[in-house]
Amino acid sequence: MNRIRPLDHLILILGTLFMVMPVVVAIMTSTHTAVEIHTGGLQILPGNDGYDTYQTVLTRQGGFTGQVTGARMVMNSLILGLGFAIGKIVLSMAAAYALVYFRFRFATLMFWVIFTTLLLPLEVRIMPSYQVMSQLGLLNSYTGLILPLLASATGTFYFRQFFKSIPDELLEAARIDGAGPVKFFIDVILPLSKTMMAAIFIIMFVYGWNQYLWPMLMTTDERFFTLMRGIKQILQVWVGSQIPDYNEAFALAVLALLPPVLVVVVFQRWFIKGLTESDK
Amino acid sequence: MTNAAQTSPGPIRRWIARATVRPEPAKRVQFDRPLLPWLFLAPQLAVIFVFFYWPSAQAISSSFYIEDPFGFGATFVGFDNYTDALGSAEYRHIASFTAIFTVLVTAFSLGLGLLLAVKADQVIRARSTYRTAMISVYAIAPPVAGLIGMMLFDQHIGPFVKLAAWFGWEMKVGLNYFDTAFAMILVSVWKQVPYNFIFILSGLQGIPQSVREAALIDCKNGARRFFTAILPLLAPTAFFLLIINITYALFDTFAVIDVMVKDKAANNPITLVYKVYVDGFRGNDIGGSSAQSVILMLVVLVLTLVQFRWLERRVHYG
Repeated sequence: MNRIRPLDHLILILGTLFMVMPVVVAIMTSTHTAVEIHTGGLQILPGNDGYDTYQTVLTRQGGFTGQVTGARMVMNSLILGLGFAIGKIVLSMAAAYALVYFRFRFATLMFWVIFTTLLLPLEVRIMPSYQVMSQLGLLNSYTGLILPLLASATGTFYFRQFFKSIPDELLEAARIDGAGPVKFFIDVILPLSKTMMAAIFIIMFVYGWNQYLWPMLMTTDERFFTLMRGIKQILQVWVGSQIPDYNEAFALAVLALLPPVLVVVVFQRWFIKGLTESDK
Repeated sequence: MTNAAQTSPGPIRRWIARATVRPEPAKRVQFDRPLLPWLFLAPQLAVIFVFFYWPSAQAISSSFYIEDPFGFGATFVGFDNYTDALGSAEYRHIASFTAIFTVLVTAFSLGLGLLLAVKADQVIRARSTYRTAMISVYAIAPPVAGLIGMMLFDQHIGPFVKLAAWFGWEMKVGLNYFDTAFAMILVSVWKQVPYNFIFILSGLQGIPQSVREAALIDCKNGARRFFTAILPLLAPTAFFLLIINITYALFDTFAVIDVMVKDKAANNPITLVYKVYVDGFRGNDIGGSSAQSVILMLVVLVLTLVQFRWLERRVHYG
């Protein structure tokens, strides 16, 4: 089994190149000037103008009201990613704990009420969701950005599976010691769930950061634009310009892709564990 | 499963029975408190009711009305919105494109993911490097993927356009229907391969060494060994991925499409979800858009149920 397989490696290298090259090209091209890109096409070697481009993108007041900078969009994306990840963990851990560790009336019904949400993604009910948000007066707010995304049971599902895999003996022992449900949760479940929480945090942070459709509908006020919303903006501005600001578009794309990529690469082990152990 | 099949009559009845029967309690011992579980459930339930059930109910109810675009009330029209949608040639055209798009994206991203994962499972050296490379692409947001795709297919600077011109193919992404569809599918596949790769590789690594050795002794031919011994063991993973990939192609590609057609949906390929968005937010046709939403909800529901029922029997849970 251990002999070197050149053909396998060749396929893998070609496949990996196919996957990674677009990202490398995006990063490299963002360090050239718009004119260079316009005349020379996409670049695979670094240029000298990266610093200026990124400084412009991060600090220039853009948009119609002049209230949004790249830095502001980075911050908004961060708020969305972190808020979503933390909210998801809190809500779903609590709900999964109730579903797994308690005997109560309507438990089965509640199980179905929660897990039906897995069937219908936000995209099929955007229009009424938008109306509900505007009735509640939550358009253009961080609350409105984050809360509706939490209305799905993915996290609850992960935690439920995980709690079920915790040995029953722990609960029996804790009950003999006289621990109540709250104490058991804080002293036993929380410490045991650390890895799982980290894994879900990473998955959900990436998911929140990468949201597109909902932030696009929710935020007409530019102060709440996320990076993904900014990407839409930059493409709309292009129409009619002589030499489009290719470099700035790429810089914005790199800003938008780097944080989630770094997070999953650095925390790869947890990420894969969280992702793949949940489907059992 | 088999017991239920013998005792109860129709599949729907059986499904309902399964849904309402009290499942095995998750734990042998459980806490017995009247109020506390509801306290734990309350935040999740509140969010789900306000942002899932309420909008879903509203989608269903407004799909039976035609709303005045200036906000002067709504008229009940029964199933008109549905018949209008399903009857229009445009809707059927978009529906068939969505079907083709979904099949192609699912097939290619699963196939490529499987190929690369099987190869990565066989090599020892550099496996983690390949995986890191794949995972970094997984983390990229669909709109960013769409933007990068736009650049690769750009009229002036896009290398793919130059490559195609070499073969005499004059590519006009964003203008030509077929070319845009091609680019959209390529970008969507690119974005999804890593996800399949990660899952299949982890599934392959979970196959015990003893099973592999037994298969090696029984079957010398590598390809046959893969199809008769390894692939069946992967079936649960593949089944799960099939659903995820179809859902991805139907819904999560919204951003890729939105970035690539740049608001000129008229003569470009779009999917059904995109049409819901265009009609609702651009056309202000709330009733029509809601009816389409409900149709999509039904498609997803039926798809999920059919997949569970039909595929469950063919899958060996190891």
